[in-house]
Amino acid sequence: MLGAYFDFIRIRFLTMLAYRVNYYSGILIYTLNIGVNYFTWRAIYGDGESLGGFTGAQMTTYVAVSWMARAFYFNNLDREISTDIRDGSIAIQFIRPYNYVLVKMMQGLGEGLFRFMMLMIPGMVIAILLFPVQLPTELSAWAGFLAMLFFSFLISSQINIITGLSAFFVENNEGMMRMKRVVVDLFSGLIVPISLFPGWLSSVLEVLPFQAITYLPGSVFTGRVQGVGIWNVLGIQVIWFVVLLIPIVWLYHAARQRLFVQGG
Amino acid sequence: MKTRLTYRADFWVEVVSDLLFQATNFIFILVIFMHTESLGGWSQNEVVFVYGFFMVPFGVFSCFVNMWGFSERYIVKGEMDRILTRPAHNLFQIFLENVDPPALVGSVIGLIIMGISGSNLGLPFEWWTIPMVIILTLSAVAIYTGIYTTLTSLSFYSDAPTGILPLMYNIQTYGRYPVTIYNRAIQVLLTWIIPFAFVGIYPAAMFLHREEMQGMALLTPVVGAIFLGIGLLSWNYGVKRYKGAGS
Repeated sequence: MLGAYFDFIRIRFLTMLAYRVNYYSGILIYTLNIGVNYFTWRAIYGDGESLGGFTGAQMTTYVAVSWMARAFYFNNLDREISTDIRDGSIAIQFIRPYNYVLVKMMQGLGEGLFRFMMLMIPGMVIAILLFPVQLPTELSAWAGFLAMLFFSFLISSQINIITGLSAFFVENNEGMMRMKRVVVDLFSGLIVPISLFPGWLSSVLEVLPFQAITYLPGSVFTGRVQGVGIWNVLGIQVIWFVVLLIPIVWLYHAARQRLFVQGG
Repeated sequence: MKTRLTYRADFWVEVVSDLLFQATNFIFILVIFMHTESLGGWSQNEVVFVYGFFMVPFGVFSCFVNMWGFSERYIVKGEMDRILTRPAHNLFQIFLENVDPPALVGSVIGLIIMGISGSNLGLPFEWWTIPMVIILTLSAVAIYTGIYTTLTSLSFYSDAPTGILPLMYNIQTYGRYPVTIYNRAIQVLLTWIIPFAFVGIYPAAMFLHREEMQGMALLTPVVGAIFLGIGLLSWNYGVKRYKGAGS
């Protein structure tokens, strides 16, 4: 049974390989994104030493690492799920002897692994060559980062799945998907690190799951958070992973009920 | 167009989601200026004004030119064959089928933002202001249309879904910031290769009386014409090579 799920990872990986032109352009565009953000922040810093607890060098690293992490955790599961719902093919998927949500997660992981190898690593090499990125030297920081990156993927995919499944209950979730996209980019700290937001907003964001996607792992990797703090970050990620399972399970069951009602 | 307006709820959902999208970009500008006085020599009101201008052509473009999902809808599902049997120009038909009126709300908000930040800056209202807004808006719309038509016409050649379009939407927003803060390579890229600087900062500089960018602002219609031309040429060439999907 487990083998079948691994096959979903493998198949998605191979499918992505077929569309690799998209990913060559992806590397260029992600590098451009890092470049633009790097120069924007340099202009913002001017002669200033530090903003929101980030030194100029840390900010450069933060920008590069955040965008590269996005290259890994980003996927279109929300769009895939709502397409399945709208064209009705989800009915067949529900009948099959596997868990639909888990399959989507596996497909997302296959895509993530592809993006990790073909997009994130080459993109990172280019970013290091072009910009003054300072990567940590201790092995523990790297191990921690990889673990956190994996949780970033889980949490971001969970949010995508929730958005996608909402198509069962909202007639048109196009707007929701678009909103989710910008909200995640802004509130996860990809565009502005959360410590730079005004006090009230950053305290709101600290109780939302988005910071666990980009801001917290980025803070660890730039060396702002060290020692025990790293475990706290990992703990927050695990908590959000578990908490977000609740709406997914609920939506999944509600969706099955609704499907029977509609299908008769 | 009328069918779109029938679905009132959809209309408002889209207006709200568009506005929230703009609001998040706006938050970025506000957060930046909490931490700095100027961005490459541009004050907060000036950057906000540029943003207001940026919203105007983008709203017009999103309303009349909507290429999202072209490949899935027209090529994979074979709708393109239906389009091609009709006498009107095929691209024109596709634009008409996808008109999206809610997007125009963004343009109106953009004009309001321009008005507010313009009066904060004490910008003079000259006799040429209104005609210039119209000319530069149309030129910027031409640039958008050219770029996205070119990219969409790629789907005639390759069967890969064009994943470049969403990434482009990210990049176009960089045309709003003073391009002079970037290094030479990015400046050249945003000015001459994917000229998104011409849909935001350059034309807006005209109204801000920024001497250093006046020349670029006046070039906007030329760039618009060139890129629209490239878009149409590559589109027509793609249509000629198009053979229909499957059976």
